[in-house]
Amino acid sequence: MRKNSLKLITLFILAIISILLYAFYDIKGGFDYAFPRRVLKIAAMVVTGVAISYATVVFQTITQNRILTPSVMGMDSMYGVVQTLIYFFAGSMSVWVVNKYLNFGAAIIAMVLFALILYRFLFRSDKHPIYLLLLIGMIIGTLLGSLVTFMQVLIDPVEYLGLQSMLFASFTKVKAELLYIAIAILIVSFIYGFRIMSKLDVMSLGRENAMNLGVNYDRMVMNILILSSVLIATSTALVGPITFFGLIVANLSYQFLVTYKHSILILGASLISIIALVGGQFLVEHIFELRTTLSVIINFIGGIYFIYLLLRESRAAK
Amino acid sequence: MINIKDLSKRYGKKNVVEKVSLTIQPGTITSFIGPNGAGKSTLLSMVSRLLEADTGEVLLDQNNVKKWKSDEFAKRVSILKQSNFMNVRLTVRELVSFGRYPYSKGRLTDIDEKHVDQAIDYMNLHDMEDQFIDELSGGQKQRAFIAMVIAQDTDYILLDEPLNNLDMKHSVQIMKILRKLVDELGKTVVIVLHDINFASVYSDRIVALKDGKLVKNGPTSEIINSASLREIYDMDIPVQVQNGCRICVYFNSHG
Ligand SMILES: Nc1ncnc2c1ncn2[C@@H]1O[C@H](COP(=O)(O)OP(=O)(O)O)[C@@H](O)[C@H]1O
Ligand SMILES: [Mg+2]
Repeated sequence: MRKNSLKLITLFILAIISILLYAFYDIKGGFDYAFPRRVLKIAAMVVTGVAISYATVVFQTITQNRILTPSVMGMDSMYGVVQTLIYFFAGSMSVWVVNKYLNFGAAIIAMVLFALILYRFLFRSDKHPIYLLLLIGMIIGTLLGSLVTFMQVLIDPVEYLGLQSMLFASFTKVKAELLYIAIAILIVSFIYGFRIMSKLDVMSLGRENAMNLGVNYDRMVMNILILSSVLIATSTALVGPITFFGLIVANLSYQFLVTYKHSILILGASLISIIALVGGQFLVEHIFELRTTLSVIINFIGGIYFIYLLLRESRAAK
Repeated sequence: MINIKDLSKRYGKKNVVEKVSLTIQPGTITSFIGPNGAGKSTLLSMVSRLLEADTGEVLLDQNNVKKWKSDEFAKRVSILKQSNFMNVRLTVRELVSFGRYPYSKGRLTDIDEKHVDQAIDYMNLHDMEDQFIDELSGGQKQRAFIAMVIAQDTDYILLDEPLNNLDMKHSVQIMKILRKLVDELGKTVVIVLHDINFASVYSDRIVALKDGKLVKNGPTSEIINSASLREIYDMDIPVQVQNGCRICVYFNSHG
């Protein structure tokens, strides 16, 4: 326990340093102009990082695995489907696009439904081997991706540009009007989460042990599934899909903080997220002055890490 | 008191448990025996609310178990299933502490700690209380899980083949501990056993299932005899008395 507090404090300090660096580095004369913009971006990255961490850790607890994440199972693609359908049928001038809240609400509802259906058919009844689930997730993702591509071909090219910018992850084009609602969602999620942390701990013992200890398992799973899809929807709406990010931060947190306590695991994953996003964005923008975006780098590293985890799992299974 | 009334469960066309009625006598060890696939685990799961019955009901103190609040029920009835797969790394002590969850909701009091200590003592786990579960042998792991349900301190303890991974020494040790829980602390134990000799020597009552139906239910002495065993297992099993214990000799070198 002592060791974990020390580790969390270290992560916290690193996160603060990342934030300060990004906020003030090389700001000079352009303070009035640059500072508010940077704060906005930092806020978006923090909210996104925390939302993804929280959503991924709880999702992995209820699905009892450490490789599948909401994003890997196709949740991000679902966001693309919703936006494409909106552009396809209603167009970019429709209220569904112009009104950001309406757009956001539609995405949340679709993603929650998608998660519930996915859970009902894949996780609920029998225990499928993780590779099968993974394969199904990939197939669903590809299928939805193809659907999106197909419809995009039919969309007016000008409209298409607008759509594309929505579906491409970027921390530099944060939608400020969504930030407040995202922060509100995050706060509500944490108030709820605070009450269920110890239940989550018990749930990691598996369905039967958790039920034995008086946890209303099936109902909790539903609640948590909804919670995690809302959080993923929030982060995707805010900055776009970053598929492998949740996988990395959740697993780093498990490895770094060997504990069953969700309060610690989620806090750890959130801090790691902030360091990776804000610190990473700082490096990309100011140090390396790269033309590529952070999300591309994250997905690249995340993809490699994903393969590593798969290999490790398959070796452990032998 | 647990009353099981006309309990049935079917999967597809198969009646896995069919109209089973029985009363679990408080303050006893009741063994569930019967061939593989007889429905023992399914019955135990329905009694402990892990599984919903299709028809019939289970009453705990005259109230349908479905009506009990989850946390209150968890203070009265505990269950340990056959296989326990976990994704987290826990030490033995952490696992046993989870047994206090219905009382503490994650914040252990001194009383909770005392129960945890006691359970660890009972199961002889002192030497390994800080070891990780996934580093233990199958038998040690099983003992740690049993310690968790002991810490849960329920009147009714349901165990599904808890001797599965255990050697003879630890099997005997566990049966003796269960006896102690019943005789000294007044607990009620329901246990699924594979080896009928453990059922014969350590239990007060035996319930035999076959093809989902209840075929025998009574005091051990009335059930451990060749005629009854033939009905349950379709085998001729001689019963010999040794040191006052009825031993079933189900090995037969002549085929
Ligand atoms: N979820 C399930 N789906 C379909 N059949 C099942 C399921 N669970 C158990 N069964 C079947 O029910 C029967 C009884 O199983 P079980 O209660 O585990 O028997 P026992 O514990 O006595 O060996 C078996 O034939 C088994 O195949
Ligand atoms: Mg069984």
